[in-house]
Amino acid sequence: MSSKDILIRVNQLYKIFGIGDKSALDLVKNGMGKDELLEKSNCVLGLNNINLNIKRGKIQVVMGLSGSGKSTLIRHLNRLIEPTSGEIIFNDTNILNLTQKELIQFRQNNMSMVFQKFALFPHKTVLQNVGYGLAIQNISKDKWSEKAQKWIKRVGLDGYETYYPGQLSGGMQQRVGLARALATDAEILLMDEAFSALDPLIRSEMQNILLDLQSELRKTIIFITHDLDEALKIGDRIAILRDGSMVQDSDPQEIIMNPADEYVSDFIKDINRARVIQARSIMTPTKTKSSGATVKEDMVLEDILQIMSDAPSKPVTIENTKGKITGKIEMVNLIEGMKRPKSLGTNITG
Amino acid sequence: MDWFFNFPDMSRSDLREFKKTVDFAFTDFSRAYGQGIEEFFEPLLMFLVWFEKLFINTPWPIIIFSILLLAWIGSRSMLIVVGTFLSFMLIGYFGMWEDTMSTLAIILVATFLCIAIGIPLGIAMARSNKVQAGIVPVLDVMQTIPSFVYLIPVVMLLGIGKVPGLIAVCIYAIPPIVRLTNLGIRLVDKDVLEAADSFGANYWQKLFGVQMPLALPTIFAGVNQTIMMALAMVVIASMIGVKGLGLPVLRAISNQYLALGLMNGLAIVILAIIFDRVTQKFGMRMQKYRNEGKD
Repeated sequence: MSSKDILIRVNQLYKIFGIGDKSALDLVKNGMGKDELLEKSNCVLGLNNINLNIKRGKIQVVMGLSGSGKSTLIRHLNRLIEPTSGEIIFNDTNILNLTQKELIQFRQNNMSMVFQKFALFPHKTVLQNVGYGLAIQNISKDKWSEKAQKWIKRVGLDGYETYYPGQLSGGMQQRVGLARALATDAEILLMDEAFSALDPLIRSEMQNILLDLQSELRKTIIFITHDLDEALKIGDRIAILRDGSMVQDSDPQEIIMNPADEYVSDFIKDINRARVIQARSIMTPTKTKSSGATVKEDMVLEDILQIMSDAPSKPVTIENTKGKITGKIEMVNLIEGMKRPKSLGTNITG
Repeated sequence: MDWFFNFPDMSRSDLREFKKTVDFAFTDFSRAYGQGIEEFFEPLLMFLVWFEKLFINTPWPIIIFSILLLAWIGSRSMLIVVGTFLSFMLIGYFGMWEDTMSTLAIILVATFLCIAIGIPLGIAMARSNKVQAGIVPVLDVMQTIPSFVYLIPVVMLLGIGKVPGLIAVCIYAIPPIVRLTNLGIRLVDKDVLEAADSFGANYWQKLFGVQMPLALPTIFAGVNQTIMMALAMVVIASMIGVKGLGLPVLRAISNQYLALGLMNGLAIVILAIIFDRVTQKFGMRMQKYRNEGKD
């Protein structure tokens, strides 16, 4: 991975909430944990030595339970929260060194955000909401409303321009939120549990809209969620936070196949492995063609099972997106892949 | 044991000295600066006189028509417009037209002054906790101190007349608009402000584009309260030479004219009700988007 691919580098980022955070920082750097710190200095450890490289044009998911620091982390990227120590490098500049004026410029041009509770302006119409990021840059009304119009159409809210947010359903409101974030043409999109407040069907629909847009726009997206299914569906890479520390940061397949610790194992315990594990994660590498059917390497086990059930004894050939053979899968691999890794325990009842 | 049964107070002569010192100090102050302060308020006086004359000299049908128009624009309610029309006809018929116009003039000027000073003060309070901590006790004093007490220094400084009356009214009426502006801005949803921040809005863009519009209904409740309190001061203000409906009431008290007092008192009540209903309706219309929005 060349350094040109990386758009944002987070280096040794610490955040401690509370009075006397500088002295508390030393305690944390010497290895003090969250609970002990709270007891000793009455400070809350928000982020503990976070290092993260975010690739250009990819969706980086940050996962964790409530209170793990994921919302805190994303707010550091546009400095809605100031860190206690560390650096965030974007295009060779440390975001944390920007002056107030530069920061405003940066927020207007480079980064936009979608919020869990939508955070739309209740007194503005859909059109004014979507155009907000442009309107505050003193762009003429004709220009911003034209652009806003385009994005309203793109998220499928044509005809709702004059409505107020209060008149729309949750799903529609978040489409407005998404359109508002996209309208500024910022390179980076921050999504703070953007779909968590929506019901499952609408959430799935919004995820599809996002993926659809992403295939065309190629933005760098930092996506916060506590939902593993969502993370697996949209993430190019998943980072997992626990109590402010980074537990694992890797390819989604890697998280399922090799969870870093108990905490991550707990996360992936309940997922349907057959539906998320892809062929490439369990195949035996080989260059020669096998006797069975040929499938793509990102096909999930469930689908391969469907194909293999016709001829269980014949191993399937796996090829990559360019059509080159990369490996094979036999029935045993399939069974092996679907069962939980040993560390998770058998956990079978009845 | 004497100290146990009688409060050990300062001696009478000391107390007299103390009061004398304060009184003389203030007298000296008003002698030295009274003239200057009066000159400072000269333009305000001119405006007040001109405004009152405008109300009194304009033919009554034009005034009534303008008031009805404003009532309609504010409330969009036919009921309120008809009620306003009947009320003003009654007031005129009972010979209180001129006094009502004087009162209307001073109330409007006082309200305008309170808004012009009060809203920026409220904004400053909302911006900084320190400013808030400094202003709140002052507002508390302004609201609780008996009006007659602050009439004394005002009259000592500026004598009797319209301007001291106006100042007295403003001191009494300004706290609600300041408090509610502050409250309204502070109550604006933090998430929405964060969103404005994330798009790179600066302080003024947030203030005028997000905070003030969302706080407007609360601020307007403050304007409404300010008008009500200004009306409540009309009688007291008339004691220091403000013309209007308060003066006949004052006369009625000292001479026990029941009918005169009642009539003018009710005229004040009618003004209050009209102002209240119109401004409340207007305030409600401003937050329509909260319920159904689209119009």
